[in-house]
Amino acid sequence: MVAVSVDDVWLWLREVPDPEIPVISVVDLGIVVDVRWDNDQLIVSVTPTYSGCPATAVIADDIRSALHSRGLNNLKLETKLAPPWTTDWISEHGKQKLREFGIAPPSPRSDVIACPQCTSLKVTKISEFGSTPCKAQYRCDTCLEPFDYFKCI
Amino acid sequence: MSALFEYLLRLGDTDLILSHRLSELVGHAPAIEEELAIGNTALDLLGQAQFWLDLAADIAKDGRDADKLVYLRDAGEYRDVLLVEQPNGDFAHTIARQFFFDAFHQLQLAALTKSSHEQIAAIAAKSIKEVNYHLRRSRDWVITLGDGSEESHQRMNTAIDDLWSYTGEFFEMDGVDRELIAQGVAVDLEELRAPWVQIVKNTFDEATLIIPQNNWAQRGGKRGVHTEHLGFLLAEMQFLQRAYPNATW
Repeated sequence: MVAVSVDDVWLWLREVPDPEIPVISVVDLGIVVDVRWDNDQLIVSVTPTYSGCPATAVIADDIRSALHSRGLNNLKLETKLAPPWTTDWISEHGKQKLREFGIAPPSPRSDVIACPQCTSLKVTKISEFGSTPCKAQYRCDTCLEPFDYFKCI
Repeated sequence: MSALFEYLLRLGDTDLILSHRLSELVGHAPAIEEELAIGNTALDLLGQAQFWLDLAADIAKDGRDADKLVYLRDAGEYRDVLLVEQPNGDFAHTIARQFFFDAFHQLQLAALTKSSHEQIAAIAAKSIKEVNYHLRRSRDWVITLGDGSEESHQRMNTAIDDLWSYTGEFFEMDGVDRELIAQGVAVDLEELRAPWVQIVKNTFDEATLIIPQNNWAQRGGKRGVHTEHLGFLLAEMQFLQRAYPNATW
């Protein structure tokens, strides 16, 4: 078998979208924490975003099938809980993608959340929870559009 | 049965049963935002229960996985605290139950992040991030309802009176706790009592509510002695596996 470098695998994983927010890849989301070879077996470590995230199993399947399609069959997926995933691991590229998609990316200062539509900072929290566990609901007080905010954890 | 297995059941079952109670409200919440909040809190707790029960199954190695532990144990084998199996009642009861538990849960998980057991510490560190926003929400609601209209204040008071006697069990310890505390694995629950009371008091002060003076506590959940409500809950939750053994999705 032709040796595949770990860097190649990372590049391929960049093309695997998150099933719930398909504009962002699993790598940009920061949930692929390690890729390594153990002799001829490839080991991919994935960390869950939220404990009960229903997408976790789908993400594992998507990663597996993306790598199978590249001819990698001797593959092991590991779940790694520690250190726990944080929204700080979402890449800058990923944050930009979220914004373009209409989701305000996590902001380390919860008092400066910008409307993803009009960039106004005058926003009001409607609910601690949004369409998925990772999001909260906000409303922009300038353009009046409601939007999802990716909560910081 | 090892103390560690027993301890993990207490953690996992408490998350699981509260998750199931909350899931009963899906489709019945008073507002769309609360619908999402209740469903998502249930989902977080279910995920956390899965971590604890997967670990329990790994340790027991008796052929039961987490699903079998959930679907094939009777009430007497469940180890959740009595508070979380109490019915949803009105929204004030749902919120009071959630607030009492969230405040305890946050303290318990914060202490467990320092556990000498690596996987327990990792699950606690993962879970507490979610429990932080659970508490933020339930605390906000206690204040909104307590310091709200005459009726919401009255309903909050009734809920607190009804549920208060179930909170003392959080801090109850037995041989399981003591054995694991000696190994640095478990939390000294008695040490969490004062900080818990402080969180409740600060919140109630803002909510114009008063902590009940009666400190008599209902106990038994951690030993498998439950209120009648758990049997009905399990009958619904386990129905499919009981009626169609080994059915898969």
